[in-house]
Amino acid sequence: MTETLDRTENILSRYAAMGESSVRGLQGPIRDLKEQALQQFLKEGFPTTRQEDWRFTNTAALARAEFLAPEPSRRLSESELSPFLLDRTDHFVFINGSFSRELSSTTSSIELLFFPLQELLRQNALAVGDLGKHASLEGHPFTALNTALFTDGAFIRVSEGVVLERPIHLLFVSTGGDKPYVSHPRVLIVAEPGSQMSVIESYVSLSEGPYWTNGVTEISLGSNARLDHYRLQQDSEQAFHTGRLQALLDRDSHLTTTSLSLGSGLARQDIGTKLSGVGSACVLNGLYLVHGKQHVDHHTIIDHATPHSDSEEFYKGILDEQGRGVFDGKIIVRKDAQKTNSGQVSRSLLLSASAIADTKPQLEIYADDVKCTHGSTIGQLDEAALFYLRTRGIGEKEARTLLIHGFASEVLERIKVPSLRLRMERAVLQRLPADVNV
Amino acid sequence: MTALLDIRNLKARVDGREILRGLNLTVQAGEVHAIMGQNGSGKSTLANVLAGRPSYEVTEGEVLFEGRDLLAMPPEERAREGLFLAFQYPVEIPGVNNIYFLKAALNAIRKHRGLEELDAMDFLALAREKMKFVDLDESFMNRAVNEGFSGGEKKRNEIFQLAVLEPKVAILDETDSGLDIDALRIVANGVNLLRNEHHAVVVITHYQRLLDYLIPDQVHVLHDGRIAKSGTRELALELEKRGYGWVEEESAAL
Repeated sequence: MTETLDRTENILSRYAAMGESSVRGLQGPIRDLKEQALQQFLKEGFPTTRQEDWRFTNTAALARAEFLAPEPSRRLSESELSPFLLDRTDHFVFINGSFSRELSSTTSSIELLFFPLQELLRQNALAVGDLGKHASLEGHPFTALNTALFTDGAFIRVSEGVVLERPIHLLFVSTGGDKPYVSHPRVLIVAEPGSQMSVIESYVSLSEGPYWTNGVTEISLGSNARLDHYRLQQDSEQAFHTGRLQALLDRDSHLTTTSLSLGSGLARQDIGTKLSGVGSACVLNGLYLVHGKQHVDHHTIIDHATPHSDSEEFYKGILDEQGRGVFDGKIIVRKDAQKTNSGQVSRSLLLSASAIADTKPQLEIYADDVKCTHGSTIGQLDEAALFYLRTRGIGEKEARTLLIHGFASEVLERIKVPSLRLRMERAVLQRLPADVNV
Repeated sequence: MTALLDIRNLKARVDGREILRGLNLTVQAGEVHAIMGQNGSGKSTLANVLAGRPSYEVTEGEVLFEGRDLLAMPPEERAREGLFLAFQYPVEIPGVNNIYFLKAALNAIRKHRGLEELDAMDFLALAREKMKFVDLDESFMNRAVNEGFSGGEKKRNEIFQLAVLEPKVAILDETDSGLDIDALRIVANGVNLLRNEHHAVVVITHYQRLLDYLIPDQVHVLHDGRIAKSGTRELALELEKRGYGWVEEESAAL
């Protein structure tokens, strides 16, 4: 026991040291925020399965591993990068968490402000406004750790009334290294009133090795703004991925955020939206595929804090071999949030006898004039459908593939960026039993 | 000449209960057979056993398809050899596109027969041509298989598939049930497509109404898992008038 405690102390002190070096040279509110975040993390430590929110997801292996700060990133060739790029999008590239201007396709304009956080930190020009405002630290040790340790990331601001035609692609590439490292990408998206854009965050890997991505994204939508947001997680299957997304929606704004999770050995996504303006609406889509011993956990919280707000949630998981999927979806309807309209659907498809799905819908409703529906199913492939396809001449393996793809396609169809949808189609098909050209 | 379908002393169980109890039926190319009978006589069990539904257990007898052992083949091979079952209750398959599904089916069958696979353009042309027979709107092609289709639309989709796949033997399992006269005509049109010296059709039905539109060569009455009586179209008319009781009594007396 003492040994365990010593070890825990040891690990935490290493993060404490990283924290001290990350505030070097910083002054003012950002330094205060980072120091406060570090203290919060040291206080809470790594979560354990004794905590309700972490009941299904064990982070012991993550806590035990000795992660270092990434070494200065190596240069990437175009051919290494090109498989990850998406057609008809503007991309900003990060290598092991650090922004690479030379690999990025675009720069700031009047319509779209883009700042790498590293530059803002270096110039001590990172104002603590929206940053740190949405993603609360308490009860979120990984958010606290990210806040304490982030050294780079993206700050995107779209000006009032601007409609960006081309989606923004934030591409986070992990190269792998000799020793496991951790990066803490931080993203802040501010959509000013009446603006409209699409943002794709993708997390990909060039290596099979272990590393840890611990990202936090904060989103602020002004009145009548629209954001179509995607988070694609294709980290190495040896990697850990912890991600937090927290969004604040003002009057009549609309957010769609789609989580696409295929990678990592252990992935945990905490997604929270707060509907604080009348007429605001959010859609949370999710598709996750696990095989081997992969574990993917989505925790979502939709907070209806105003009358006349809508939310829709549509999550699907495909679980093969010894994979495990967790979906915990909480809907809060506050006392004043009359006329709330909310629907939640979560479906898990088990492809093997040893795959596990845990789903936990939670409704906390304090208003009386609301419409909230939820449904969750865990099931296997429909034998009747399988037989039907086979009676038409389609082989068993192909029939299974068609059905699994069909299950996934109800989420894939919701992807509005064509190049991303195509890439996801391919990624999903690659994981299926037969070669089928859908 | 080898029969297209030759069923010999077929016995089959569903959930441990014996439903087919020694059924014999021979279907030659160019013939249309009607199988009639009361609920529970074994009509749908016969259809499902022939198509190869996994939960149906054959305990005795054999079925030859052009002289080959049909029961030894998995369902997809039966289809590729040329057997088609129009389902009584077609399955809804969310997320699987109708046109993609049917193209995959046709190409699996063509490949099995050593024919070149059709590309998307050629397939679409073929599908459009066949769609005329069943009066389905083209928008159906891009919807998920049977999802949200009305009962009649599902049945027409079955006949559409039949028209595209052109099986050697088509089995229609109560395809006419619940259809109005217009839809019945469409089903009959589909069946008549296959009415030539290369194909055969087995129509399983509860009603004689469909037989007004497609005249069967032979009519069989199924009772208690066996063919109790066979005849011509006149038999169907007599059944319509007199009911099934007299056939069952005759059969019991034997």
